[in-house]
Amino acid sequence: MTEKIFTRNFHRADSHTLSVYRETGGYTAVAKALSMKPATIIEEVKKSNLRGLGGAGFPAGVKWSFIPEGSPAPKYLVVNADEGEPGTFKDRYLLERDPHAVIEGMLIAARAIDSRLGFVYIRGEYVQPWRIFSAAVREAYDAGLLGKGSGFDFDIVVHRGAGAYICGEETGLLSSLEGKKGWPKIKPPFPAIKGAFGQPTIVNNVETLAAVPHIINRGALWFSGLGTKTQGGTRLYSVSGHVVSPGVVEAPVSITLRSLIYDECGGIPNGRRLKAVVPGGSSAAILTADEIDVAMDVDGLKDAGTMAGSAGVIVMDDTVSIPEALMVVARFYAHESCGQCTPCRESTGWIYKIAHRIVEGKGRKEDLDTILDVAKRGAGTTICAFYDGAVGPYISYVEKFREEFEALIRSGNGA
Amino acid sequence: MPKLTIDGKAVEVAAGTNLIEAARQAGIEIPHYCYHPGLTIAGQCRLCMVDIEKVPRPQIGCNTLATDGMVVHTGTERVLETRKSIMEFHLINHPLDCPVCDQAGECWLQIYYMRHGLYDPRMTDEKVHKPKAVPLGPHVILDAERCILCSRCVRFCDEITKTGELGIFHRGDQSEIGLFPGATLENKYSGNVIDICPVGALTDRDFRFQVRVWYLDTARSICNGCARGCNIEIHTNRSRPHHNQGRRVARIKPRFHADVNEWWICDAGRYGFRGIDDPSRLTAPMKRDGDRAVETTWDDAIGTLAQALSRHRPEEIGILASPQMSNEDLFLLTRLTEHLRIVNVDFRVPPRTPGDQDDFLIRADKNPNSRGAELGGVVPGAGGLDAGGILKAAARKQIKLLWIFHHDLAQSAWPETEQRAALEGAGLVVFQGTNGNPGSARAHLALPSAAYAERDGTFTNFQGRVQRFRAALSPLGDALPDWDILARLGRTLGASDRAFTAERAEQVFNALAGSVTRFAGMSYRGLGDAGQMVKS
Repeated sequence: MTEKIFTRNFHRADSHTLSVYRETGGYTAVAKALSMKPATIIEEVKKSNLRGLGGAGFPAGVKWSFIPEGSPAPKYLVVNADEGEPGTFKDRYLLERDPHAVIEGMLIAARAIDSRLGFVYIRGEYVQPWRIFSAAVREAYDAGLLGKGSGFDFDIVVHRGAGAYICGEETGLLSSLEGKKGWPKIKPPFPAIKGAFGQPTIVNNVETLAAVPHIINRGALWFSGLGTKTQGGTRLYSVSGHVVSPGVVEAPVSITLRSLIYDECGGIPNGRRLKAVVPGGSSAAILTADEIDVAMDVDGLKDAGTMAGSAGVIVMDDTVSIPEALMVVARFYAHESCGQCTPCRESTGWIYKIAHRIVEGKGRKEDLDTILDVAKRGAGTTICAFYDGAVGPYISYVEKFREEFEALIRSGNGA
Repeated sequence: MPKLTIDGKAVEVAAGTNLIEAARQAGIEIPHYCYHPGLTIAGQCRLCMVDIEKVPRPQIGCNTLATDGMVVHTGTERVLETRKSIMEFHLINHPLDCPVCDQAGECWLQIYYMRHGLYDPRMTDEKVHKPKAVPLGPHVILDAERCILCSRCVRFCDEITKTGELGIFHRGDQSEIGLFPGATLENKYSGNVIDICPVGALTDRDFRFQVRVWYLDTARSICNGCARGCNIEIHTNRSRPHHNQGRRVARIKPRFHADVNEWWICDAGRYGFRGIDDPSRLTAPMKRDGDRAVETTWDDAIGTLAQALSRHRPEEIGILASPQMSNEDLFLLTRLTEHLRIVNVDFRVPPRTPGDQDDFLIRADKNPNSRGAELGGVVPGAGGLDAGGILKAAARKQIKLLWIFHHDLAQSAWPETEQRAALEGAGLVVFQGTNGNPGSARAHLALPSAAYAERDGTFTNFQGRVQRFRAALSPLGDALPDWDILARLGRTLGASDRAFTAERAEQVFNALAGSVTRFAGMSYRGLGDAGQMVKS
C-alpha cells in the first residue's frame, strides 16, 4: 500500500478546515519556503519531477522558471480549477476536502515566482467546491496567512467560470478571467511573458499546487522516488464507468492501467468483459482491452499512443457501442469548440454530423475515411490544443474499432 | 534589419515585420483571411501557414516575425495540403450562393478556392443555418451563413473606430457575427467593414444587387468630401447602362495611402457620389432669356462672358471661387484675374453649418482644395474685397458682374436676405459649377463644369499634399473641366499666357509648378500615386 499524499486527510471529519489541516502539519511547508530563495524552490520542484496534473503534463518547476527574472511587472499566479475534461473529477475533491493544501501550494508558488496576487478560476458548476474553497480562503485571511501584513503579502481572488470547457485551456481561462470571451490566445507571447491582464502569469492546476507543500516539506528526492524516472509522485485518478468501485483513487504515477482497474477499483462488474478504456480524460486516445498493461505516467501513456491527460479513466464494458461513444464525444467537442479557429470550428461539427448519421443507421462506406482524413488534416493547425484533443478520440475510436463501425454502416439502410 | 530567405529569395525587412509582409516584399503572396495590416493579429483563419526550417510544424505567417537567418518555404507539399484543407473547412458550411452574392467576382473564397483549394467537396450533410439579410446599420447588411468569422469587422470596430458595435456570439460552428444588444453599426466609418470583409458576409446596402462587379471600371481618384483628400477608387458602370438604375458611378472604395487615409474612408465620402449622376447636374451652357433659361453653345456662352468681363471695370467684377476647384482650375483663374486686373476674388464662403471633425480622418473643412486655393493665391488682391465684401458690394450694386463658382449660397452662413439682395443687385450673375442650385437658377449665364470624377487634376490636402485624381467618366452632356472653360475664356480675351493654350490638366499643372513657389519642382507625372508635399 503506497503512501497517500493528496488523499491523506480525505477521510477525516472537517478536513477542509484550517485546524484539521494544521494538525497534520499544514502551513509548515510555506514557513520553510520563506527561508528558501525563490530559485531554490524552483530548483527543488524541478528535481521532484512534478509534472502538471491538469492535462499537459508539463514540468511544473520548468514552467515557473519561465517568469522573467527580476521583472518589475506584477506577476500573477492563476489556479486552473475549471476542471471540465469529461471523466475528470479529482480537483473538486481537493477543493472540497483539502482546500488549504491548494492555498499553501499557492503561497509557495507565489514566493517562487514573486507573485503578490493569485486568482483561482473555479468551474461555474462547482458550487459546493467554490463555497468550501472560499470559506478556506477567508479562514486563511483571518488567520493572517493571506493579505498584506501577513508575512506572505499575497492575496487570492476566487473567480467563478460561466460554463465553457474551453475556459480550462490556460489562455482561454485568462481571456475569461480578464472579462473577455473565453477564447484561447495566440502564442507567442506565452503567459509567463504576457498572461493575465498582459502581465507575466503562471497557470497551474489545483492538484499540481496541492503537491507542492509535500515536496517542500519532504524533499524533491522523496517525491520523485514515488514515481518514474521522468515523473514524480502519486496522482489522483478519476475512475468512472464500468468498474465495481468508481471514484477518485490515489496511486503512484507508475501504476498500470490494469492494476488501477482490477486492483484499485475492483474490476468490471456484472461479469461483463472489459471492452475499452479512455485513460486520461475524453481527449485521450482510447485503449482496447488488450492494451491496458501500460504504466499510467505521462511518458508511459505517450509511448502507448495516448496520453495521461487529466487522469480521467473511463472504463467501458462490452455493452458499450463505440460508434455511440464516438457520437457522444463528438457532440461534446462540437458543442464546446470556441469557434475561433476555422479547422476546429468547422470540422468538430462536421464529424459530429457524420458520427450521428452512422449511429442513426445512415452511415456510408466513405464516412470512416472522411472522419480520419478530416481529423488528421485539422490536427496541429489551431491556436490551442482543443482540436488535437478532439482528434484523439476521433481517430482512435475509428481505427481501433473499425469493424464495429463498418458492421453498423453495413446493417444500416444508408450504405 | 532581419535578413531572411523566403522560397529561395533573400529579403531584408524592418524589424517587427511578420512573414506575410516579408513575403509580400519578396513578391510572394501568402494567402490569408483574418490578417489585415491595419488591425491586430487574430490568428484565426489558419490559412497563412508556412514552413520554417528547424521548426517542426507549419506556423502561421501572420503571427511569426521575420528573424535573421530564417529560412521560410511557402510552397512545401505540407503547406499546400494544409491550405487545401483549410479551404475545405472554410467552405463546408458556406452556402455557395455566388450567383446571387454581390461579392462574387471579388470574393476571396472564390479566388483562394481556385488557387489553393480545387478539392472535390465531401461534405454532404446539412449545413449550419444562420441569419441572412440582417441590416446592421444604414449601410451594412449581414449574411451570417457566408461569414467565415475572420473577425476583421469586429476588430475594426474595436480598434479603429473604437465604437465596439460588433461581436462574435455563440460558440463552435454556431458562432456568428452580430450587434451587441442595443447597438447599431452607424459609426462614421461603418462602410469600411464591407471592404475588409473578405467574403460576401457584409455587403453594401447601397451597392447591393445593382451591378455585377465584373462590369465595373475603376479609376484612381481623390475624395472631394473634405480637406483630408482620402485616396479612393471610383467604380463606374459603363458597359451595362441598364444596371445600377442608370447611374454611372456604382460605388467608391478606399485606396491605400500610408500618410493620408491608410485603408479607410468615412461613410460621408463613400456615399457622397450621388451628385455626379443627379438630375440637378448642369449639362449645357444656359443663358437667361427674360424669365426663361435657354440652352446655348459654348462659343456663345464664352463669347458672352468674355464681352461682359471686358465691358466691366475690374472693380465692378466680383468672383467667388471655390475650394472644390482643382489646383489647375484655380491657377488659370488667377491668371485670368491678373490679366483683367480683377482684385475682388475670394474662395472662403462660410458654411451655414460648421463641418464635423474627428481625430481620425474627417476634417471640418468639407472642401478638397482649400489649401491649394490658399497657396495659389485665390484671395483678394491689393484693395480687393473678400467674399463677404463682394456679397455686400453686389447688394449695393457696386459689384455689377458676380461670378460664382460651384457655391450654393443657400448653404452659406450668409443671411438669405443678403444673398437675395446680392443676386438681385448684381446686373449680371454668372454661375459656373457641376450642379444647379437656387442661386444658379437666378444666374444670367450658367456654365456646366465637369465633376471631379469626370476629369483629371490635382487637389492639395490640408497637410499640403498635392494629389492627382483621374477621370473615371466622360463629362456629362456638354460639361467641361473648369480649367478648360477658363482656358477658352482666356484665349477669347486674347490673354498671351501660354497656360491658356493647355489641352490637358497636366499642362496646366506643369505651368503652375513653374510659376507658384510652393509647387516649384513638381511635375504632374512625378506626383505619382503618393502625391507630393508642397514646399514648406
